[in-house]
Formats: sequence, structure tokens, C-alpha cells
Amino acid sequence: MSGTWIEVCRTDEIDEKDVLGFECRGEKYAIYNTASGFYATAGVCTHEAADLSMGLVIDDIIECPMHQGRFHIPTGKAKSAPACVDLKTYAVKIEDGMVLIELPDGTFAESTA
Amino acid sequence: MPSFERRDYSLSGGVADAVALDGERIERRVEERWWSPEIPRATLKKLTRRGDREAWWNFAPWLLLLGASGLIAALSWNSWWAVPAFFVYGTIYSSSDARWHECGHGTPFRTRWVNELFYHLCSFMTLREGYLWRWSHARHHTYTLMVGRDSEIDIQRPANLPGIIADFLYLRGGPSELARIVRHAFGVLDGDVRDFVPEGERAKMIWSSRVYVAIIAGVGVWSLAIESFLPMMFVATPRFYGGWLHHLLAMTQHAGLAENVADHRLNSRTVTINPVFRFLYLNMNYHVEHHVFPMVPFHALPKLHEEIGDRTPPAYDGLWAVYRELIPVLIRQARTDPDHYIRRALPETAAV
Repeated sequence: MSGTWIEVCRTDEIDEKDVLGFECRGEKYAIYNTASGFYATAGVCTHEAADLSMGLVIDDIIECPMHQGRFHIPTGKAKSAPACVDLKTYAVKIEDGMVLIELPDGTFAESTA
Repeated sequence: MPSFERRDYSLSGGVADAVALDGERIERRVEERWWSPEIPRATLKKLTRRGDREAWWNFAPWLLLLGASGLIAALSWNSWWAVPAFFVYGTIYSSSDARWHECGHGTPFRTRWVNELFYHLCSFMTLREGYLWRWSHARHHTYTLMVGRDSEIDIQRPANLPGIIADFLYLRGGPSELARIVRHAFGVLDGDVRDFVPEGERAKMIWSSRVYVAIIAGVGVWSLAIESFLPMMFVATPRFYGGWLHHLLAMTQHAGLAENVADHRLNSRTVTINPVFRFLYLNMNYHVEHHVFPMVPFHALPKLHEEIGDRTPPAYDGLWAVYRELIPVLIRQARTDPDHYIRRALPETAAV
């Protein structure tokens, strides 16, 4: 999948074992700093749209702050009810101390139209 | 006593003033609408930190007390000592309800399988089928006390006083919960359950209900075979004869407070209680705090209270303070004014 790389924040702006919210074109994303690296997923829970950037990172799991549904951060897989639908994940890379995520080109369709 | 038309609290009843469901968007609005205090991220992280140790400090002595009281009760069978002995055993057994609740949030144990083990054990003990009630409780947190959306409004208006009193022995809620488990064991689901349990989860709920029925029926058959009620005194029935304390404490959570408001400070209570009750009730007396930040484990709720207490109404000073206010309100609802409720005053500093 081709996409556009977007700068999100400096690597030191997300504590280890924590999550940061990021908004682009009205869509929310969650950026994670885990022991195995940086990851990005959709920013709202697939159960009832709670803001995952307010959630709790436990190893490679993000726990929703509202109903404690759980997702596997690297794959976005829903791990426990009430979360049943997987989260979208996005590619992440680090360049010059910055975290970048790759958003699908469709995200910017409005600007290129 | 005049009788008032009961409000329709069912989820499938088409209540006129229910919050409209419109897929994800309305749910997003509801989530964003709830009052939420600002807390430094570092503080919140500290409060939500998970570990097994704090949970075992509560659950291990609880299991020991349950076992010891059960043993004493069994040894005292056929004597009058059995009455106080089973009273104690039943009271400890019924505090499984608080454990069902906390484990349902996944917050006490960091080790997931231990959390799930206690969740299903305590769900059975308190007669809340685990798969059903996980979804029911998620709904309760999304739509706390919103009529026609919250599946767990226990004290409805006008107050059903005989029912409230009967529930000190779980005689109102218990039989209907047991009947629902049996219906589900046969695959019969009502409209409310279909409303909040997703289709993909229903098979697990049905099979779990069958396990509940099989265990209870098995113990019943055992009792019949040995011509003694003793086995039944240890399974299911303790939730009835020992349910008084849980009902006394759980009533303080929301009873008599505002419906259809998006502020947990107005529809939930925090009350100070003694350490023994807090141990059995897993600190759920900090109920405003629990609803505002449900991912904070039970042992950190007192600290959360310290953190946000200046932005919430003052905690009630003991159970008597709650019931002194609540009982006249419930009587007034039942007799003359079903729309009457307790209006909690917010502190002036409560903007954030």
C-alpha cells in the first residue's frame, strides 16, 4: 500500500509504555512507544469510539479507557471483549528523532481533488 | 398508596426520552459528553498501573475467609451455631459480586488469565452469567442511568419499596436472574439482551448458562441423594441468605440520584465506609471516581478520590448519611412524586 508519511512528534515526546493521540484531517490516531518499538493504530476504540490515547499501555496491549477492551498494538487485533473488531494499524518509521506514520493516500483525497 | 404508571426502563421498549442510537457517531458524542476532570497524564498512569500483588492482598485473604467460614459452617450444621456461621459465610460469599464487577473491568490482576478465572468464578457465585454481564456492564458505563439505554438501573422510579427490601435477601433480583440463566441455557433470549449482546458473543453466553444450570442442578441432585440441604447451603443459595451487605452497599451507588444526565457526579455516590466493608466491597464506595475513570483499579480509588475530590460533591460520611437522605426520597417517589430525586450540588471549583 502506498501512502504519505506524516511527521507526528519527536520520539522523546512519548514516554516508554505510553500512547499519544494525533489528529489528521479529522481522523484520530494513536501512536505507541512500547518495549518492541513505536507503533500506530486508529485512535478510537472499535467498540464505542472511546479515545485510545487516554488508554493504558500494558506491554504490547492497549486497553480502552472506557470499557477496558484490549487490542494488540503491533497487529491491532482485538484481544478481549467488549472489543471484537480489530483496529487499523499504520506503518511507523523513525527519522532524525522524529516519529512518522504512513497514512493511505486516500486520507488526502480532499486536498488533491 | 397511589400507584403510578411505571416508566419503561427496557432497552427495547422504545422509550421516548432515551438517547437516540445512531451507530458509532452518537456513541462518540455520549463518550465525549461525560464530565471528565483533567488529571496530569503521569498521575493517571500511576493510578492505573496494574500489578498482581495488590489484588492478591485482597483476593487471597478473601478466599481464606471464605474457606474458613465455610468449614466452620459445615461443622456447625445441625446446631444453632449454623445460623451465625452461615450468616458470615453467606456475607463473604456474596461479596463475590464486587469481585465479579472489578474483574469484569479487567483491572485487579495484571495477569490476564488469573483475572478471567476470578471473573468467571465470581460471576457464577453472584449469579451474573459472565458473558451477558460483561456486555451489560459496558452498556451501563456508556449510558449510566440513561433511561432506555442503561441495562442496569436497579432502583427505578417510582421506587418499588417491597422489592428494594426483598433484595436484602436477593428475592427480587435473584429469581429473575436465575430464570434468565435458565432461559439462556435453552437458547431463549429477550429483546434487551439482543440489544446489548452482539450476535457473535451469544453462543458463549448460552453455553456458559448451561454450565451454570448444570452445576446448580448437580448440587441439587446431590442434596436430594443424601437427603440433606447442606450442599445447597454452599452454592447459589448463599447469594440469597447472605446478600444483605452487598445490597446495603450497592444501593449507595446510584439509588435516588438523577437520571439522564451526562455527569457521574450527579448520578453516582461516593461514601466513606469502614475498612472491613471496603475490603469486602473492593472500594466500590468510591463510585463517582470509578465511573469517571473505570480503568483505575480498586486499590487506587482512594488516591484518585484525593486527586479529584475537590471537583466532586463531598463524599457521604458513612452509610447512615446516605440512607438518612435516601429513604425519605424513595418513599416520596413511591407515594407522591415519582419524579423526585436527589440533586447533588457541584463544588464551585468543579469546572475541570
